[in-house]
Amino acid sequence: MNLSASPAVPLLAAHRIAFARNDEPVFGPLDFSVDRGETLLVEGDNGSGKTTLLRVLAGMLPGEGEIRFDGTPASRDSRNGRVLLLGHRLGMSESLSPRENLAFLTGLYGTRTGATVESVLAAVGIEAWIDEPLRSLSAGQKKRVGLARLLLLPGDLWLLDEPYANLDRHGIELVNALIAGHCALGGAALVTSHGAVRFADPQARHIRLAA
Amino acid sequence: MIAAARSVAEQKPVAREAQARMAGAWRACGALLRRDFLLAWRRRGELFLPLLYAVIVTALFPFALGPDPQLLGRIAGGVLLVIVVLAMLPALESMFRHDLEDGTLEQWLLAPQPLALLALTRVIAHWLTTVLPLLIVMPLLGALLDLPADVLPVLLLALLLATPLLALLGAVLSALTAGARGSGILLALMLLPLAVPVVIFAAGAVAAAQSGMPYLAPLSWLAAALVLAIVLAPLACAAALRIAVEA
Repeated sequence: MNLSASPAVPLLAAHRIAFARNDEPVFGPLDFSVDRGETLLVEGDNGSGKTTLLRVLAGMLPGEGEIRFDGTPASRDSRNGRVLLLGHRLGMSESLSPRENLAFLTGLYGTRTGATVESVLAAVGIEAWIDEPLRSLSAGQKKRVGLARLLLLPGDLWLLDEPYANLDRHGIELVNALIAGHCALGGAALVTSHGAVRFADPQARHIRLAA
Repeated sequence: MIAAARSVAEQKPVAREAQARMAGAWRACGALLRRDFLLAWRRRGELFLPLLYAVIVTALFPFALGPDPQLLGRIAGGVLLVIVVLAMLPALESMFRHDLEDGTLEQWLLAPQPLALLALTRVIAHWLTTVLPLLIVMPLLGALLDLPADVLPVLLLALLLATPLLALLGAVLSALTAGARGSGILLALMLLPLAVPVVIFAAGAVAAAQSGMPYLAPLSWLAAALVLAIVLAPLACAAALRIAVEA
Protein backbone atom coordinates (compact mmCIF):
# COMPACT_ATOMS: atom_id res chain seq x y z
CA MET A 1 0.00 0.00 0.00
CA ASN A 2 1.52 3.30 -1.09
CA LEU A 3 -0.39 6.21 0.35
CA SER A 4 1.88 8.90 -1.07
CA ALA A 5 1.34 8.13 -4.76
CA SER A 6 0.99 10.99 -7.19
CA PRO A 7 -2.39 12.68 -6.78
CA ALA A 8 -2.75 13.09 -10.54
CA VAL A 9 -3.79 9.45 -10.97
CA PRO A 10 -7.10 8.72 -9.28
CA LEU A 11 -7.17 5.77 -6.90
CA LEU A 12 -10.21 4.40 -8.68
CA ALA A 13 -11.39 5.33 -12.14
CA ALA A 14 -14.44 3.82 -13.76
CA HIS A 15 -15.14 4.30 -17.42
CA ARG A 16 -18.60 3.47 -18.80
CA ILE A 17 -19.20 0.67 -16.32
CA ALA A 18 -22.56 -0.99 -16.46
CA PHE A 19 -24.18 -4.18 -15.31
CA ALA A 20 -27.12 -6.05 -16.75
CA ARG A 21 -28.85 -9.04 -15.23
CA ASN A 22 -30.64 -11.23 -17.79
CA ASP A 23 -30.36 -8.41 -20.37
CA GLU A 24 -32.14 -6.10 -17.93
CA PRO A 25 -29.87 -3.12 -17.19
CA VAL A 26 -29.30 -2.71 -13.42
CA PHE A 27 -27.27 0.50 -13.59
CA GLY A 28 -25.05 2.54 -15.84
CA PRO A 29 -23.22 3.20 -17.96
CA LEU A 30 -21.41 5.36 -15.38
CA ASP A 31 -18.22 7.41 -15.51
CA PHE A 32 -16.57 8.51 -12.30
CA SER A 33 -13.28 8.61 -10.48
CA VAL A 34 -12.28 8.74 -6.83
CA ASP A 35 -9.06 10.46 -5.77
CA ARG A 36 -7.11 9.71 -2.66
CA GLY A 37 -8.57 11.57 0.29
CA GLU A 38 -11.96 11.77 -1.39
CA THR A 39 -15.33 10.35 -0.54
CA LEU A 40 -17.91 9.61 -3.18
CA LEU A 41 -21.50 9.30 -2.13
CA VAL A 42 -23.65 6.94 -4.19
CA GLU A 43 -27.30 7.78 -3.83
CA GLY A 44 -30.33 6.02 -5.14
CA ASP A 45 -33.60 4.48 -4.12
CA ASN A 46 -34.00 0.87 -3.09
CA GLY A 47 -33.33 -1.36 -6.05
CA SER A 48 -31.45 1.28 -8.05
CA GLY A 49 -28.31 -0.86 -8.17
CA LYS A 50 -26.12 0.63 -5.43
CA THR A 51 -25.10 -2.71 -3.98
CA THR A 52 -24.58 -4.14 -7.46
CA LEU A 53 -22.29 -1.21 -8.32
CA LEU A 54 -20.13 -1.87 -5.27
CA ARG A 55 -19.96 -5.59 -6.05
CA VAL A 56 -18.89 -4.84 -9.62
CA LEU A 57 -16.19 -2.48 -8.32
CA ALA A 58 -15.04 -5.17 -5.88
CA GLY A 59 -14.72 -7.61 -8.78
CA MET A 60 -17.39 -10.00 -7.52
CA LEU A 61 -19.67 -9.41 -10.50
CA PRO A 62 -18.47 -9.22 -14.08
CA GLY A 63 -19.58 -5.78 -15.26
CA GLU A 64 -19.02 -4.02 -18.54
CA GLY A 65 -16.66 -1.09 -18.99
CA GLU A 66 -13.23 -0.42 -17.58
CA ILE A 67 -12.13 -0.09 -13.96
CA ARG A 68 -8.65 1.20 -13.11
CA PHE A 69 -6.83 1.19 -9.80
CA ASP A 70 -4.02 3.75 -9.66
CA GLY A 71 -4.09 3.88 -13.44
CA THR A 72 -3.68 0.15 -14.01
CA PRO A 73 -6.62 -1.95 -15.19
CA ALA A 74 -8.25 -3.73 -12.27
CA SER A 75 -7.40 -7.39 -11.93
CA ARG A 76 -7.56 -9.86 -9.08
CA ASP A 77 -3.93 -9.15 -8.20
CA SER A 78 -4.11 -5.37 -8.39
CA ARG A 79 -7.35 -5.24 -6.43
CA ASN A 80 -7.21 -7.89 -3.76
CA GLY A 81 -6.11 -6.73 -0.35
CA ARG A 82 -6.62 -3.07 -1.27
CA VAL A 83 -10.39 -3.04 -1.29
CA LEU A 84 -12.43 -3.45 1.87
CA LEU A 85 -16.12 -4.14 1.40
CA LEU A 86 -18.64 -3.67 4.18
CA GLY A 87 -22.00 -4.94 3.00
CA HIS A 88 -25.27 -6.05 4.47
CA ARG A 89 -23.63 -9.28 5.48
CA LEU A 90 -20.83 -8.84 7.97
CA GLY A 91 -18.58 -11.58 6.70
CA MET A 92 -18.19 -12.92 10.22
CA SER A 93 -19.36 -16.05 11.97
CA GLU A 94 -22.18 -15.62 14.47
CA SER A 95 -20.71 -18.40 16.60
CA LEU A 96 -17.40 -16.62 17.13
CA SER A 97 -16.69 -13.56 19.23
CA PRO A 98 -15.67 -10.19 17.71
CA ARG A 99 -12.10 -10.86 18.83
CA GLU A 100 -11.96 -14.30 17.16
CA ASN A 101 -13.58 -13.04 13.95
CA LEU A 102 -11.21 -10.11 13.62
CA ALA A 103 -8.18 -12.26 14.46
CA PHE A 104 -9.11 -14.56 11.55
CA LEU A 105 -9.50 -11.62 9.17
CA THR A 106 -6.08 -10.22 10.08
CA GLY A 107 -4.74 -13.65 9.13
CA LEU A 108 -6.28 -13.24 5.68
CA TYR A 109 -5.54 -9.56 5.07
CA GLY A 110 -2.72 -8.59 7.41
CA THR A 111 -2.96 -5.70 9.87
CA ARG A 112 -2.95 -1.95 9.38
CA THR A 113 0.13 -0.38 10.97
CA GLY A 114 -0.41 0.34 14.64
CA ALA A 115 -3.84 -1.27 14.89
CA THR A 116 -4.68 -4.16 17.20
CA VAL A 117 -7.90 -6.13 17.56
CA GLU A 118 -8.44 -4.74 21.05
CA SER A 119 -7.74 -1.11 20.10
CA VAL A 120 -10.10 -1.05 17.12
CA LEU A 121 -12.91 -2.74 19.06
CA ALA A 122 -12.44 -0.12 21.78
CA ALA A 123 -12.53 2.60 19.12
CA VAL A 124 -16.00 1.52 18.00
CA GLY A 125 -17.25 1.02 21.56
CA ILE A 126 -17.49 -2.80 21.62
CA GLU A 127 -14.81 -3.47 24.25
CA ALA A 128 -17.35 -4.85 26.72
CA TRP A 129 -18.57 -7.51 24.24
CA ILE A 130 -15.20 -8.48 22.86
CA ASP A 131 -15.50 -12.15 23.93
CA GLU A 132 -19.25 -12.62 23.51
CA PRO A 133 -20.43 -14.69 20.54
CA LEU A 134 -21.52 -12.38 17.73
CA ARG A 135 -25.07 -13.72 17.76
CA SER A 136 -25.71 -12.27 21.21
CA LEU A 137 -24.95 -8.74 19.97
CA SER A 138 -27.61 -6.36 18.65
CA ALA A 139 -27.79 -5.39 14.97
CA GLY A 140 -26.19 -2.03 15.68
CA GLN A 141 -23.39 -3.60 17.71
CA LYS A 142 -22.68 -6.05 14.90
CA LYS A 143 -22.47 -3.14 12.49
CA ARG A 144 -19.91 -1.56 14.81
CA VAL A 145 -17.84 -4.75 14.75
CA GLY A 146 -17.98 -4.50 10.95
CA LEU A 147 -16.68 -0.94 11.20
CA ALA A 148 -13.86 -2.13 13.46
CA ARG A 149 -12.77 -4.39 10.61
CA LEU A 150 -12.25 -1.32 8.41
CA LEU A 151 -9.94 0.19 11.01
CA LEU A 152 -8.02 -3.03 11.53
CA LEU A 153 -7.25 -4.20 7.99
CA PRO A 154 -5.01 -2.48 5.46
CA GLY A 155 -6.69 -1.36 2.27
CA ASP A 156 -7.02 2.07 0.73
CA LEU A 157 -10.43 1.87 -0.92
CA TRP A 158 -13.46 1.37 1.28
CA LEU A 159 -16.68 0.25 -0.35
CA LEU A 160 -19.37 0.86 2.24
CA ASP A 161 -22.86 -0.37 1.49
CA GLU A 162 -25.39 1.48 3.65
CA PRO A 163 -22.97 1.91 6.56
CA TYR A 164 -25.54 3.96 8.46
CA ALA A 165 -28.14 1.21 8.62
CA ASN A 166 -29.03 0.02 12.15
CA LEU A 167 -26.87 2.68 13.79
CA ASP A 168 -27.93 5.25 16.38
CA ARG A 169 -26.97 8.93 16.22
CA HIS A 170 -23.56 8.28 17.84
CA GLY A 171 -22.98 5.42 15.44
CA ILE A 172 -23.64 7.66 12.45
CA GLU A 173 -21.16 10.21 13.81
CA LEU A 174 -18.70 7.35 14.29
CA VAL A 175 -19.04 6.28 10.64
CA ASN A 176 -18.47 9.86 9.48
CA ALA A 177 -15.42 10.17 11.74
CA LEU A 178 -13.97 6.89 10.46
CA ILE A 179 -14.40 7.94 6.84
CA ALA A 180 -12.86 11.35 7.51
CA GLY A 181 -9.90 9.74 9.28
CA HIS A 182 -9.40 7.26 6.47
CA CYS A 183 -9.46 9.99 3.82
CA ALA A 184 -7.05 12.12 5.85
CA LEU A 185 -4.58 9.22 5.67
CA GLY A 186 -4.82 9.14 1.89
CA GLY A 187 -7.51 6.51 1.53
CA ALA A 188 -10.78 6.88 -0.30
CA ALA A 189 -14.32 5.67 0.24
CA LEU A 190 -17.43 4.97 -1.78
CA VAL A 191 -20.49 5.19 0.41
CA THR A 192 -23.99 4.21 -0.64
CA SER A 193 -27.04 5.67 0.96
CA HIS A 194 -30.72 5.91 0.14
CA GLY A 195 -30.51 9.53 1.15
CA ALA A 196 -32.25 9.43 4.52
CA VAL A 197 -29.09 10.15 6.52
CA ARG A 198 -27.30 13.48 6.38
CA PHE A 199 -23.79 12.88 5.21
CA ALA A 200 -20.98 14.54 7.18
CA ASP A 201 -19.35 16.42 4.34
CA PRO A 202 -21.93 18.32 2.26
CA GLN A 203 -19.18 19.10 -0.26
CA ALA A 204 -18.62 15.41 -1.05
CA ARG A 205 -19.28 14.42 -4.62
CA HIS A 206 -22.45 12.50 -5.41
CA ILE A 207 -23.52 10.12 -8.05
CA ARG A 208 -27.21 9.38 -8.32
CA LEU A 209 -28.48 6.08 -9.58
CA ALA A 210 -31.91 6.12 -11.16
CA ALA A 211 -34.19 3.24 -10.29
CA MET B 1 29.62 -9.41 -14.81
CA ILE B 2 27.97 -6.05 -14.27
CA ALA B 3 24.92 -7.16 -16.16
CA ALA B 4 24.70 -10.26 -13.98
CA ALA B 5 24.99 -8.18 -10.83
CA ARG B 6 22.29 -5.85 -12.12
CA SER B 7 19.94 -8.72 -12.89
CA VAL B 8 20.44 -10.09 -9.37
CA ALA B 9 19.68 -6.65 -7.97
CA GLU B 10 16.54 -6.49 -10.07
CA GLN B 11 15.43 -9.94 -9.01
CA LYS B 12 15.81 -9.29 -5.33
CA PRO B 13 12.67 -7.21 -4.75
CA VAL B 14 10.67 -9.74 -6.78
CA ALA B 15 12.03 -12.59 -4.67
CA ARG B 16 11.32 -10.66 -1.51
CA GLU B 17 7.77 -10.00 -2.62
CA ALA B 18 7.26 -13.66 -3.45
CA GLN B 19 8.61 -14.57 -0.02
CA ALA B 20 6.24 -12.10 1.66
CA ARG B 21 3.36 -13.59 -0.33
CA MET B 22 4.29 -17.09 0.79
CA ALA B 23 4.46 -15.97 4.40
CA GLY B 24 1.06 -14.29 4.02
CA ALA B 25 -0.44 -17.43 2.51
CA TRP B 26 0.88 -19.59 5.35
CA ARG B 27 -0.46 -17.13 7.91
CA ALA B 28 -3.85 -17.17 6.18
CA CYS B 29 -3.96 -20.98 6.17
CA GLY B 30 -3.02 -21.06 9.85
CA ALA B 31 -5.71 -18.52 10.70
CA LEU B 32 -8.32 -20.47 8.73
CA LEU B 33 -7.38 -23.77 10.40
CA ARG B 34 -7.55 -22.13 13.83
CA ARG B 35 -10.95 -20.60 13.03
CA ASP B 36 -12.38 -23.88 11.70
CA PHE B 37 -11.15 -25.85 14.72
CA LEU B 38 -12.65 -23.24 17.02
CA LEU B 39 -15.99 -23.41 15.18
CA ALA B 40 -15.88 -27.21 15.25
CA TRP B 41 -15.33 -27.09 19.01
CA ARG B 42 -18.28 -24.68 19.44
CA ARG B 43 -20.47 -27.07 17.41
CA ARG B 44 -19.02 -30.28 18.82
CA GLY B 45 -22.51 -31.72 19.31
CA GLU B 46 -22.96 -31.75 15.53
CA LEU B 47 -19.57 -33.41 15.04
CA PHE B 48 -20.62 -36.23 17.31
CA LEU B 49 -23.56 -37.20 15.07
CA PRO B 50 -21.66 -38.96 12.22
CA LEU B 51 -19.71 -40.88 14.85
CA LEU B 52 -22.89 -41.94 16.63
CA TYR B 53 -24.47 -42.88 13.29
CA ALA B 54 -21.51 -45.10 12.35
CA VAL B 55 -21.49 -46.85 15.73
CA ILE B 56 -25.26 -47.46 15.74
CA VAL B 57 -25.40 -48.80 12.17
CA THR B 58 -22.41 -51.07 12.79
CA ALA B 59 -23.92 -52.36 16.00
CA LEU B 60 -27.20 -53.18 14.22
CA PHE B 61 -25.60 -55.39 11.57
CA PRO B 62 -24.94 -58.43 13.80
CA PHE B 63 -28.54 -58.23 15.06
CA ALA B 64 -29.96 -58.09 11.54
CA LEU B 65 -27.74 -60.78 10.01
CA GLY B 66 -27.37 -63.11 12.96
CA PRO B 67 -24.25 -63.66 15.04
CA ASP B 68 -22.35 -65.73 12.49
CA PRO B 69 -18.69 -64.67 12.86
CA GLN B 70 -17.73 -66.07 9.46
CA LEU B 71 -20.42 -64.18 7.57
CA LEU B 72 -19.77 -60.96 9.51
CA GLY B 73 -16.02 -61.22 9.06
CA ARG B 74 -16.45 -61.69 5.32
CA ILE B 75 -18.66 -58.61 4.79
CA ALA B 76 -17.13 -56.40 7.52
CA GLY B 77 -14.67 -54.55 5.26
CA GLY B 78 -17.25 -53.53 2.67
CA VAL B 79 -19.88 -52.67 5.27
CA LEU B 80 -17.49 -50.38 7.18
CA LEU B 81 -16.44 -48.64 3.95
CA VAL B 82 -20.03 -47.88 3.02
CA ILE B 83 -20.86 -46.74 6.55
CA VAL B 84 -17.94 -44.28 6.51
CA VAL B 85 -18.95 -42.90 3.11
CA LEU B 86 -22.57 -42.43 4.24
CA ALA B 87 -21.51 -40.90 7.56
CA MET B 88 -19.39 -38.36 5.66
CA LEU B 89 -22.21 -37.27 3.37
CA PRO B 90 -24.36 -34.95 5.55
CA ALA B 91 -21.39 -32.87 6.71
CA LEU B 92 -20.08 -32.38 3.17
CA GLU B 93 -23.15 -30.40 2.25
CA SER B 94 -22.43 -27.56 4.66
CA MET B 95 -18.71 -27.26 3.96
CA PHE B 96 -19.13 -23.79 2.43
CA ARG B 97 -22.76 -22.96 3.10
CA HIS B 98 -22.37 -21.13 6.44
CA ASP B 99 -19.58 -19.02 4.96
CA LEU B 100 -21.65 -18.15 1.91
CA GLU B 101 -24.63 -17.16 4.06
CA ASP B 102 -22.79 -14.91 6.50
CA GLY B 103 -20.63 -13.26 3.80
CA THR B 104 -17.32 -14.80 4.89
CA LEU B 105 -16.78 -16.08 1.33
CA GLU B 106 -16.86 -12.49 0.05
CA GLN B 107 -14.01 -11.75 2.43
CA TRP B 108 -12.12 -14.79 1.10
CA LEU B 109 -12.53 -13.48 -2.44
CA LEU B 110 -11.27 -9.99 -1.63
CA ALA B 111 -8.33 -11.19 0.48
CA PRO B 112 -4.87 -11.06 -1.10
CA GLN B 113 -4.57 -14.85 -0.86
CA PRO B 114 -5.07 -17.57 -3.47
CA LEU B 115 -8.66 -18.77 -3.16
CA ALA B 116 -7.73 -22.34 -4.12
CA LEU B 117 -5.31 -22.51 -1.19
CA LEU B 118 -8.02 -21.37 1.22
CA ALA B 119 -10.38 -23.98 -0.25
CA LEU B 120 -7.77 -26.72 0.22
CA THR B 121 -7.21 -25.59 3.81
CA ARG B 122 -10.95 -25.77 4.41
CA VAL B 123 -11.04 -29.36 3.09
CA ILE B 124 -8.15 -30.33 5.36
CA ALA B 125 -9.86 -28.78 8.38
CA HIS B 126 -13.12 -30.51 7.41
CA TRP B 127 -11.40 -33.90 7.09
CA LEU B 128 -9.58 -33.51 10.40
CA THR B 129 -12.73 -32.53 12.31
CA THR B 130 -15.39 -34.79 10.76
CA VAL B 131 -13.64 -37.81 9.21
CA LEU B 132 -10.63 -38.43 11.41
CA PRO B 133 -12.81 -39.31 14.45
CA LEU B 134 -14.49 -41.98 12.30
CA LEU B 135 -11.10 -43.51 11.48
CA ILE B 136 -10.09 -43.42 15.13
CA VAL B 137 -13.08 -45.55 16.20
CA MET B 138 -12.56 -47.92 13.25
CA PRO B 139 -10.80 -50.63 15.38
CA LEU B 140 -13.84 -50.68 17.66
CA LEU B 141 -16.25 -50.93 14.72
CA GLY B 142 -14.08 -53.66 13.19
CA ALA B 143 -14.28 -55.63 16.42
CA LEU B 144 -18.08 -55.30 16.46
CA LEU B 145 -18.21 -56.99 13.03
CA ASP B 146 -15.46 -59.51 13.73
CA LEU B 147 -13.15 -58.01 11.11
CA PRO B 148 -9.97 -60.13 10.93
CA ALA B 149 -7.18 -58.36 12.80
CA ASP B 150 -4.73 -58.51 9.90
CA VAL B 151 -7.23 -56.83 7.53
CA LEU B 152 -7.78 -53.83 9.81
CA PRO B 153 -4.52 -52.05 8.86
CA VAL B 154 -5.37 -52.40 5.15
CA LEU B 155 -8.87 -51.08 5.75
CA LEU B 156 -7.45 -48.10 7.66
CA LEU B 157 -4.92 -47.42 4.91
CA ALA B 158 -7.63 -47.63 2.24
CA LEU B 159 -9.80 -45.23 4.26
CA LEU B 160 -6.85 -42.87 4.82
CA LEU B 161 -6.58 -42.56 1.04
CA ALA B 162 -10.25 -42.79 0.10
CA THR B 163 -11.79 -40.35 2.61
CA PRO B 164 -9.62 -37.31 1.72
CA LEU B 165 -10.35 -38.08 -1.93
CA LEU B 166 -14.08 -38.13 -1.24
CA ALA B 167 -13.79 -34.95 0.84
CA LEU B 168 -12.04 -33.17 -2.05
CA LEU B 169 -14.63 -34.34 -4.60
CA GLY B 170 -17.40 -33.46 -2.16
CA ALA B 171 -15.89 -30.00 -1.64
CA VAL B 172 -16.15 -29.20 -5.35
CA LEU B 173 -19.77 -30.33 -5.39
CA SER B 174 -20.47 -28.54 -2.12
CA ALA B 175 -19.09 -25.32 -3.58
CA LEU B 176 -21.17 -25.80 -6.73
CA THR B 177 -24.38 -26.37 -4.80
CA ALA B 178 -23.72 -23.95 -1.92
CA GLY B 179 -26.22 -21.39 -3.16
CA ALA B 180 -28.89 -23.86 -4.23
CA ARG B 181 -31.91 -24.82 -2.17
CA GLY B 182 -32.24 -28.50 -1.32
CA SER B 183 -28.54 -28.86 -2.00
CA GLY B 184 -28.26 -31.93 0.24
CA ILE B 185 -30.13 -34.22 -2.17
CA LEU B 186 -28.40 -32.67 -5.17
CA LEU B 187 -24.99 -33.22 -3.61
CA ALA B 188 -25.75 -36.84 -2.75
CA LEU B 189 -26.94 -37.55 -6.30
CA MET B 190 -23.89 -35.90 -7.84
CA LEU B 191 -21.41 -37.51 -5.47
CA LEU B 192 -22.73 -41.04 -5.99
CA PRO B 193 -21.13 -41.67 -9.42
CA LEU B 194 -17.88 -40.13 -8.22
CA ALA B 195 -17.87 -42.20 -5.04
CA VAL B 196 -18.41 -45.52 -6.81
CA PRO B 197 -14.85 -45.93 -8.21
CA VAL B 198 -13.37 -44.81 -4.90
CA VAL B 199 -15.40 -47.41 -3.03
CA ILE B 200 -14.54 -50.10 -5.62
CA PHE B 201 -10.79 -49.56 -5.27
CA ALA B 202 -10.91 -49.33 -1.48
CA ALA B 203 -13.09 -52.45 -1.23
CA GLY B 204 -10.82 -54.20 -3.73
CA ALA B 205 -7.81 -53.60 -1.50
CA VAL B 206 -9.67 -54.89 1.57
CA ALA B 207 -10.99 -57.96 -0.26
CA ALA B 208 -7.52 -58.78 -1.61
CA ALA B 209 -6.00 -58.49 1.85
CA GLN B 210 -8.75 -60.70 3.24
CA SER B 211 -8.02 -63.48 0.75
CA GLY B 212 -4.29 -63.18 1.27
CA MET B 213 -3.55 -61.62 -2.12
CA PRO B 214 -1.41 -58.54 -2.87
CA TYR B 215 -3.44 -55.41 -2.18
CA LEU B 216 -0.95 -52.71 -3.15
CA ALA B 217 -2.29 -52.08 -6.67
CA PRO B 218 -5.75 -50.74 -5.74
CA LEU B 219 -4.20 -48.69 -2.94
CA SER B 220 -1.74 -47.18 -5.43
CA TRP B 221 -4.62 -46.23 -7.70
CA LEU B 222 -6.33 -44.52 -4.77
CA ALA B 223 -3.12 -42.69 -3.89
CA ALA B 224 -2.68 -41.54 -7.50
CA ALA B 225 -6.26 -40.29 -7.63
CA LEU B 226 -5.75 -38.51 -4.31
CA VAL B 227 -2.64 -36.70 -5.59
CA LEU B 228 -4.53 -35.63 -8.69
CA ALA B 229 -7.48 -34.43 -6.61
CA ILE B 230 -5.23 -32.45 -4.24
CA VAL B 231 -3.94 -30.51 -7.24
CA LEU B 232 -7.13 -30.10 -9.26
CA ALA B 233 -10.03 -30.08 -6.79
CA PRO B 234 -9.02 -26.82 -5.02
CA LEU B 235 -8.87 -25.03 -8.39
CA ALA B 236 -12.33 -26.30 -9.34
CA CYS B 237 -13.53 -25.40 -5.86
CA ALA B 238 -12.23 -21.83 -6.21
CA ALA B 239 -13.98 -21.39 -9.56
CA ALA B 240 -17.23 -22.75 -8.12
CA LEU B 241 -16.99 -20.46 -5.08
CA ARG B 242 -16.59 -17.41 -7.32
CA ILE B 243 -19.79 -18.43 -9.11
CA ALA B 244 -21.56 -19.01 -5.80
CA VAL B 245 -20.67 -15.51 -4.57
CA GLU B 246 -21.71 -13.98 -7.91
CA ALA B 247 -25.22 -15.37 -7.66
